[in-house]
Amino acid sequence: MKMERPAQARALPKAPTGIEGLDEITGGGLPKGRPTLVCGGPGCGKTLLATEFLVRGATQFGEPGAFISFEETGEELAQNVRSLGFDLDALVEDKKLAIDHVRVERSEIEETGEYDLEGLFVRLGFAIDSIGAKRIVLDTIESLFGGFTNEALLRSELRRLFRFLKDKGVTAVITGERGERSYTRQGLEEYVSDCVILLDHRVNEQVSTRRIRIVKYRGTVHGTNEYPFLIDEAGFSVLPLSGLQLDHAVSNERVSSGVPDLDEMLDGKGYYRGSSILVSGTAGTGKTSLAAHFAHETARRGERCLYLAFEESPQQLIRNMQSIGVDLEPFVKKGVLKLHSSRPTLHGLEMHLVQIHKMVAQFEPAAIVIDPVSNFIDTSTAIETQAMLLRMLDFLKGKRITALFTHLTSGARPTEATDVGVSSLIDTWLLMRGIETGSERTRGLYVLKSRGMPHSKEIREFLITPRGVQLKTMKGRKK
Amino acid sequence: MTPADAASAEKWNLRLYTAGQSPKSLAALANLKRVCEEHLAGRYSIEVVDLLKNPRLAKDDQIVAIPTLVRKLPEPLRRLVGDLSDTERTLVGLQLRPRQ
Repeated sequence: MKMERPAQARALPKAPTGIEGLDEITGGGLPKGRPTLVCGGPGCGKTLLATEFLVRGATQFGEPGAFISFEETGEELAQNVRSLGFDLDALVEDKKLAIDHVRVERSEIEETGEYDLEGLFVRLGFAIDSIGAKRIVLDTIESLFGGFTNEALLRSELRRLFRFLKDKGVTAVITGERGERSYTRQGLEEYVSDCVILLDHRVNEQVSTRRIRIVKYRGTVHGTNEYPFLIDEAGFSVLPLSGLQLDHAVSNERVSSGVPDLDEMLDGKGYYRGSSILVSGTAGTGKTSLAAHFAHETARRGERCLYLAFEESPQQLIRNMQSIGVDLEPFVKKGVLKLHSSRPTLHGLEMHLVQIHKMVAQFEPAAIVIDPVSNFIDTSTAIETQAMLLRMLDFLKGKRITALFTHLTSGARPTEATDVGVSSLIDTWLLMRGIETGSERTRGLYVLKSRGMPHSKEIREFLITPRGVQLKTMKGRKK
Repeated sequence: MTPADAASAEKWNLRLYTAGQSPKSLAALANLKRVCEEHLAGRYSIEVVDLLKNPRLAKDDQIVAIPTLVRKLPEPLRRLVGDLSDTERTLVGLQLRPRQ
């Protein structure tokens, strides 16, 4: 793959897609007045991306669009996106959208001599002119190759078609099925040289993930990574998180951990706002209790907190925490605390992260708890996890959201090693472990690190009482 | 009995789609008239539709290639693409001659 040159002096005019995340990784949208090729295997979301591009263009950017479908009828298209809240029929009615289903069936076509595809051009022209379309989708033009035998003619007509679209000044999305050796079966990338977007849908250990990559974008700086994307009830969304940037605004403000004893260990003031906190420990050491304290305290201050539970249902969590005197329920009812449970293996890691991204965008919390983050790790390979966690932390820090993660470590491992190399990203790291003292087994907590503050180096005994967590000093106790 | 005999009593209704006066369109019309005179003398009508003048019809009648000949009657509807210079295929396409 050829890498694009970095920023050129003049920025290319862009047509925003309105699709969450996509405009960020393309630096503002698709090349205006030019064709973009969107390719990928069957079921990768090409048609949806194209449809959303038109719908959002028509509804958000005042640019009517024409949908030239070679595969599905207008009715089928409308049906496909109805569940996403897109009403194509209404858009057609309002003259914001024109749909033309071009049916090409070889069995119905007898070729008797020379021909060209002027009929198609007439249709495109009519669809564009009838509503003053600024955007057009051809989905997928490769079907022509199934209907006509004269390949040389088709290729020269395709070349003419792309010129025609440029002359018309419409921003076009051309979809193509992924070929074995090329991006598309018929080598459409040969004709569309401005922007090529590749969609991918892969299944790894029964977990499906969708990825998007900008293969090329002439004259524009663009993200070259593969970005996860999600198709859900709100349409298409891309997780646009770039590499870690270390230029976040930092806060000197402190927020309480919800446990007075722990605040005391942290310079008497608790965590920094917008920092990331990792609570790691073996099973049953009280990680969730600590997380619940933090969530409770955040909500008590009247700040919104998003609590993602991957091991317990919201009801279970509420009940269990009530037993130690942390009552989350009133805050859930008030709407300042949002408990969200899901099984980690249900989706791929990306899917989770995109979902978190969306929930954060909707709920705008001041703090987020992910309990536990280790379950994410189980669904992916280590390198993927690290990259994704990096992106997520980066995103949360950018929004100045205080993030608390719990992480389950297995007893056999050295406690200070995490499976994921996120340590460098973590500001405050609390370690919890079982300690055997004489005939007794107690729980201990210590602050492994906490950036930017003089913190306690002491191992405290971690007590869970009906009135919450307490951290008792163990000095003077017999070892 | 050949298909031509079977259809001998029927009225033929043919529609040729063109886009302006291109050489291919003119050739198609000339070829079509020749075939009709030879096989359907006195019982055919040809309607020429210029899509440049009626662009809406391209969508309504599912026209992609130009020229396209559509046999509206007798049914079933048949669709021929090209300038009809291949007489053999034209006759087969119109079902005036059985497919070899």
